[in-house]
Amino acid sequence: METLYAVTVGVLTACSVFLILRGRSFPIVIGITMLSYAVNLFLFSSGRLAIDQLPLIGKSETYTDPLPQALVLTAIVIGFAMTAYAIILAVRVRGEIGSDEVNEPNHPDSEGSR
Amino acid sequence: MLSQHLVILPILIPLLAALLQLLPWGANPQFYRRIIGLVSCSVLLVVSALLLITSTEGAQVYALGSWQAPYGIVLVADRLSALMVLLTAVLALPVLIYACHGEDNLGSHFQALFQFQLVGIIGAFLTGDLFNLFVFFEILLISSYALLMHGGGKLKLRACLHYVLLNLTGSAIFLISLGVLYGITGTLNMADMAVKVAALTGDDATIARAGGILLLVVFGLKAALLPLYFWLPQAYAMTTGTVAALFAIMTKVGIYGILRVFTLIFGAGAGEAAMLGYDWLWWLGLATLAIGGIGVIGSRDLRLVISYLVVISVGTMLTTFSMGNERAISAVVYYLFHSTLVTGALFLLVDIMAKQRGKTASRIIKGRKLAQHALLGVLFLISAVTVIGMPPLSGFIGKLFILEAARTGAQVALLWPLVLFSSFLVMVALARAGSRMFWHTFEGKAAEDKSPAGQLVAVALLLSGAVLMTLFARPISAYTDAIAHDLMHPQSYISTVLHQSGGAHE
Repeated sequence: METLYAVTVGVLTACSVFLILRGRSFPIVIGITMLSYAVNLFLFSSGRLAIDQLPLIGKSETYTDPLPQALVLTAIVIGFAMTAYAIILAVRVRGEIGSDEVNEPNHPDSEGSR
Repeated sequence: MLSQHLVILPILIPLLAALLQLLPWGANPQFYRRIIGLVSCSVLLVVSALLLITSTEGAQVYALGSWQAPYGIVLVADRLSALMVLLTAVLALPVLIYACHGEDNLGSHFQALFQFQLVGIIGAFLTGDLFNLFVFFEILLISSYALLMHGGGKLKLRACLHYVLLNLTGSAIFLISLGVLYGITGTLNMADMAVKVAALTGDDATIARAGGILLLVVFGLKAALLPLYFWLPQAYAMTTGTVAALFAIMTKVGIYGILRVFTLIFGAGAGEAAMLGYDWLWWLGLATLAIGGIGVIGSRDLRLVISYLVVISVGTMLTTFSMGNERAISAVVYYLFHSTLVTGALFLLVDIMAKQRGKTASRIIKGRKLAQHALLGVLFLISAVTVIGMPPLSGFIGKLFILEAARTGAQVALLWPLVLFSSFLVMVALARAGSRMFWHTFEGKAAEDKSPAGQLVAVALLLSGAVLMTLFARPISAYTDAIAHDLMHPQSYISTVLHQSGGAHE
């Protein structure tokens, strides 16, 4: 189970890094969303993986760590808000500038303007 | 009774103010919102001064909901935190006074966003818990995303997109590093983590080091260290003057993070993970300093010049910090206070100049005469002298402390030339900008719209900070020496947080 979990997180992260390094805003937003999934899975595993365990002391002999679950919940909420903002911003950029390129293309006439 | 809750008040005051500002206030809401904002910032100033006075007796720990560390989240106000909170309040009030002269009408909810930004910044300075630090980082980031877009415009959009995407990635890396550190140490409380990390050996220590380096990347991104600074010049140069002035404290949040985590958790006493990243900081800081100097001399817009001044100050501070001795850290804290105030003042001043120059705005070219030519010229001269580090103002003293902190031959050989040469480049760039914009003006009528007195007062208030820091350099440096001593000897911090007797409140 640990191997499968680790491979899943690794593949998700690798794909998201690839997407974030693209030059257009839409793949980058998708990449950041994927990265946040990978991060949430990773955070979840930081309390060690355990199946069918309660996060309560005293109910059974072994228990699972409740703190990573709380951390993941916080991270999910914050991640949602941030992704929503990034999408709106990307749409605005596409609408106002007319291109979803993240970097300004090099025009000869804008050379040396700053 | 209230004195027990002093530590949390700097977070609660702007939070309550922001919530009040969001209420519908009838036909002329901006008037009431401004009053609430100004009252909040003034009260914040008083409270943070009180916090500074009480924290000289030792770190104060505030256990939220009386859940004791390391199980609950604690707020800790030691000397460094109290000073940073005071700095935030000192910067926020003049900037808000400036913004209240019309700039807050450019977009909706500027006032509330300003207060939320303060909540995030102050929370980050006060918290004693790493995950809580992440949450406050997100609060300050999400309000900064909105503030950066304040006023709208095509140029801002792209700079803002870069800023948002980079910081979202940074937040993900922050979470990964927290996961790594929690997985190894089983705690998120900084003091407790310091104890646990020091006891690690072998593979566990290596993993903790990896987590620590990830944290360094995140703080480096916030502080705008060399490979991660590219977002800063555009973002700061494109946004409005007030927002840029408020953001003068934002890079310092990253520097505070490095100061706190890399002395407490990965400091000299951290066993196998000791002095983590100090060598990286040394070289990257020097390179940041050099790049900042090149940026300053190569910019054709005064706002961009000042943005690169921020980069230079970051490079100076992190290089100095990486020398890792008490004098160096004391110098960093003094320089941090000085550079925040003076960059804030410069951003506001350039905003006034750009408005009075009209079409040519802040570009360093021949333009029309300013409406308040002599006054603005004098203010520009004072702030330029301060930021370059020429005697007699605070920049000179700050740089002197930094140069004096270099001890070994290699440190002197690299730090002195770079700091002095970058100061020289700044002097050339600012002298060029000043002579172009104030002396080489077109013949004919000067601009007519004078700036409101309140805006000039705001700039003067920030600059008077530089004068006061010069006059009271001795007591202030005694205080920063005490901060440096605390940071180099974190045992008292750790024992105060972990073995506090009873609750900090009932």
